[in-house]
Amino acid sequence: MEIKGIAAASGYGLGYAFLLQEPKVEVIRTALSQGGIEDEVARFEESVSRAIFELEAVRKTAGQKLGEDAAAIFSAHIMILEDPEYIGAISQKVRQDMINAEAAVEEVTKEYVVIFEGMDNEYLRERAADLKDVSGRLLRQLLGIKTISLADVDDNVILCAHDLSPSDTAQIDRGKVAGFVTNIGGRTSHSAIMARSMGIPAVVGLKDIVDKVKAGDFIIVDGTDGKVMVNPPESVIQAYRRKQEAAMTKKREFEKLLHEKSITRDSVQVELVANIGNPEDAKGAIANGAEGVGLYRTEFLYMGRNELPSEEEQFKAYKEVAELFGQNHPVVIRTLDIGGDKELPYLEMPNEMNPFLGYRAIRLCLDQPEIFKTQLRAILRASVYGNVKMMYPMIATLQELRAANAILSEVKQELATENINFNSYMEVGIMVEIPAVAALASKFAKEVDFFSIGTNDLVQYTLAVDRMNEKISYLYQPLNPSVLSLIQNVITAAHNEHKWVGMCGEMAGDLTAIPILLGMGLDEFSMSASSVLAARALIRHLSQADAACIAQMVHNMDDAEKIKEYVEQAVPFISELR
Amino acid sequence: MEKIITITNPTGLHARPAAMLVQKASSFPCQVSLVKQGKKGNAKSIMNVMALGVKQNDEVTVITEGDQAAEALAAIVELLVNLKD
Repeated sequence: MEIKGIAAASGYGLGYAFLLQEPKVEVIRTALSQGGIEDEVARFEESVSRAIFELEAVRKTAGQKLGEDAAAIFSAHIMILEDPEYIGAISQKVRQDMINAEAAVEEVTKEYVVIFEGMDNEYLRERAADLKDVSGRLLRQLLGIKTISLADVDDNVILCAHDLSPSDTAQIDRGKVAGFVTNIGGRTSHSAIMARSMGIPAVVGLKDIVDKVKAGDFIIVDGTDGKVMVNPPESVIQAYRRKQEAAMTKKREFEKLLHEKSITRDSVQVELVANIGNPEDAKGAIANGAEGVGLYRTEFLYMGRNELPSEEEQFKAYKEVAELFGQNHPVVIRTLDIGGDKELPYLEMPNEMNPFLGYRAIRLCLDQPEIFKTQLRAILRASVYGNVKMMYPMIATLQELRAANAILSEVKQELATENINFNSYMEVGIMVEIPAVAALASKFAKEVDFFSIGTNDLVQYTLAVDRMNEKISYLYQPLNPSVLSLIQNVITAAHNEHKWVGMCGEMAGDLTAIPILLGMGLDEFSMSASSVLAARALIRHLSQADAACIAQMVHNMDDAEKIKEYVEQAVPFISELR
Repeated sequence: MEKIITITNPTGLHARPAAMLVQKASSFPCQVSLVKQGKKGNAKSIMNVMALGVKQNDEVTVITEGDQAAEALAAIVELLVNLKD
């Protein structure tokens, strides 16, 4: 039996089902006599203190075992128990309705749960679970029920539950629990967040998994694809054991490379950096071993709002990333690339027949220099806080480059007169996305500090293929000889002028493309953070000399499909990395 | 005393920002409340603050009454204006 759910934490877990049933907490409403009211309030307040005390302990273990994020959940729980409105409302209910504390807890909690479950925000809806967890703890204190411990389950179990409360998850022993599955929950529910931070494969939102599984059933949790198999045939089990083994080995191998250099066997060092969209991504990039940022998209600052971001706001966002990476790791900030498929409602951009060939990116910035200047000021100001470089997107002509640089000089002049610090030697480059620039690369190379090849658009413009149109998707060929020849032209032109070349499209992280690009002499590869370690493993496996031979062979070929086959045959290691 | 401000924080007043507000409000002796579209909540109560469901670009009124009302108002407005989560 195979059941589809929501993939909450990736990985494969195999083991025997352990059904987790919450102890039944039954509340009976009883009336109090006038004289008993204050005693009841005192009993309630005492149980609140005990619950807080218990939570302090849970928070401490969670902090040690799972880290600060997990501990924060329990801090939030403590905050609820210290909430004057919530706790006050319960005491008041005991006094006013003259009922026992258990009934008052249940009724007041229900009112709040209804409010939270009705919210139009997923995060807030999930908070209803916190509240139920906290009130459950409170009720168990009042009723004298011992909280069950997950600490003593058998080895290799798959926990099956309606839902796992944060307190349940905090007690999970990573060495014993191979995975867990729940009826309810989504990717942002506590159980999912905890599963990811603990590295335990989990599938949630399975609706009625608890009814379909009996204790002791053999279960496979596929947290990567979001499915669960109950009592699968031996062949499936074997297949998953192999997957599990391979995934573990790969993960361990990759993790060893976290602080290693991106260097070939014949000692050619390249830079493996990440594409990011905001300061949060920057942290993920560092955690995945990126040596800097090859593309910092600044659009996020402009999108999802009603007005342009201020200079100060931008400055903070750029500075934060520059500081995270420090002086030794470059951060390439790309100026605003809006238009095309990304619109800003407050700029009132007219609808275009061909937005990808239209009023966008540097074209818009040169037309509306006030918007551009604010961003340039913010980037220049941030340039003293790290190793900041800047590049313009969608440059088509030398005149555009010169116009952009003229505005940059103006802004530098202004900052100097205002006595504001900036790095006057900050490197300035351009994106190579338009074939016109690739064709004239030798002229551009004299006027830039570096190139960064944006392959997603370069492929689209070279082969005149709309990336979104499925009917012609066969034409979207990054390895097409025409694209490769443009890339080679750009690299050669830059190196002749002693400038460096990076690449920040999908292609830079593509394991099949990497040997060719390395062979062509690419200096910097910028990709999504999750691809960095696999790319590093490949670079360290290759030698520049061999890669150059591969690039030479590819140069003589005329078919993208054949090129792919050839490279994968020449470097069998690629398949081991996938 | 009161002041109307717009919440610029992208995630509004959920989670950590809500907790920060409650902590700050609780450090003053006066009453502190938050009003959004006529709904009023005690700013010292995490449940009340979250139940207001304040999102980015929402306008809220901060009201303080009692001892140190002026200091509390200034401190809370500063916190809310500079939130970034």
